[in-house]
Amino acid sequence: MSRIESTTFRDSLSVSFTVGAYGTAFGAAAVANGFSVLQACLLSLLTFSGASQFAVIGVLGAGGSALSGIATASLLGVRNGLYGVIMAPRLKVKGFKRIIAAQVTIDESTAVALGQEVRGEKAMRQGFWLTGFGVFFFWNLFTVAGALGAQAMGDIRAWGLDSAVPAAFLGLVWPRLVTNRDRALAVGCVVFALAMTPILPAGLPIIATAFIAIAVGLRT
Amino acid sequence: MNAFWVATFGTSVIAFALKYTGHNVPEKIFSHPKVQAINALIPIALLSALVAVQTFTEKSKLIADHRLAGVGVAMIALILKAPFPVVVISAAVSSAAIYNWF
Repeated sequence: MSRIESTTFRDSLSVSFTVGAYGTAFGAAAVANGFSVLQACLLSLLTFSGASQFAVIGVLGAGGSALSGIATASLLGVRNGLYGVIMAPRLKVKGFKRIIAAQVTIDESTAVALGQEVRGEKAMRQGFWLTGFGVFFFWNLFTVAGALGAQAMGDIRAWGLDSAVPAAFLGLVWPRLVTNRDRALAVGCVVFALAMTPILPAGLPIIATAFIAIAVGLRT
Repeated sequence: MNAFWVATFGTSVIAFALKYTGHNVPEKIFSHPKVQAINALIPIALLSALVAVQTFTEKSKLIADHRLAGVGVAMIALILKAPFPVVVISAAVSSAAIYNWF
């Protein structure tokens, strides 16, 4: 293996394992929020997008409808579509391979691929596939472990799992708060969602904040 | 089919449709800076709202309980640049401690 390939390989593997291990938190949180072990595993296999998965279990766990959960998760999934737009011209795959590529198009596979840009397009493709498959493998493996673990616990509050979910959301949003505008938006959405909670049906206060994001985005 | 099954499959179908659509549209459609900006801001808005709702509400009522301690500890961990698993586990441990002792 050439030096270039081994760097790409190392990047991909370390990201795959670390991110995949978060699957434990997802599996546990899904069960804590009323999903079955099977549903938790299906979400990791089929949805395969951490933020969307946490969102749908978060909304239903808070008493929201299936529709609110799906809508929130889907709004978070829009960015995977944009990653697809970026990756497609570089992957140059068709048919079944394109379907597989689409399924593993997530934050991490795109990020590692773009991180290999200086090493050329071949390294980008390797980074994408290695990270995509690597995260898929570990994410699903750890989801099963987390879901089974949570199922064995009984009262999830006694184990702090009801706090693990918002803590996971906080961990997901934290690195995205780069500018003062990002932080102001985050605080604004916290205040808005809480103020609307007693008024709107569960789930809607969360989805509604997407419109705040669109309004802020259009003004910049 | 109950709400949890509908949510499981509905989320999965749309998640894949979004990914696959991205692979099939020309790149220039999404090169507009405002589209890029909105794409970066929507996750911030939704995730922040989810943190708030999951921490401070129960059945459409605002409350402060053991979860506040957990999420507070998570925030301290993030300020100290702790890795994600440490953030989640420290939140769970402190929340469980408060819940079990009071």
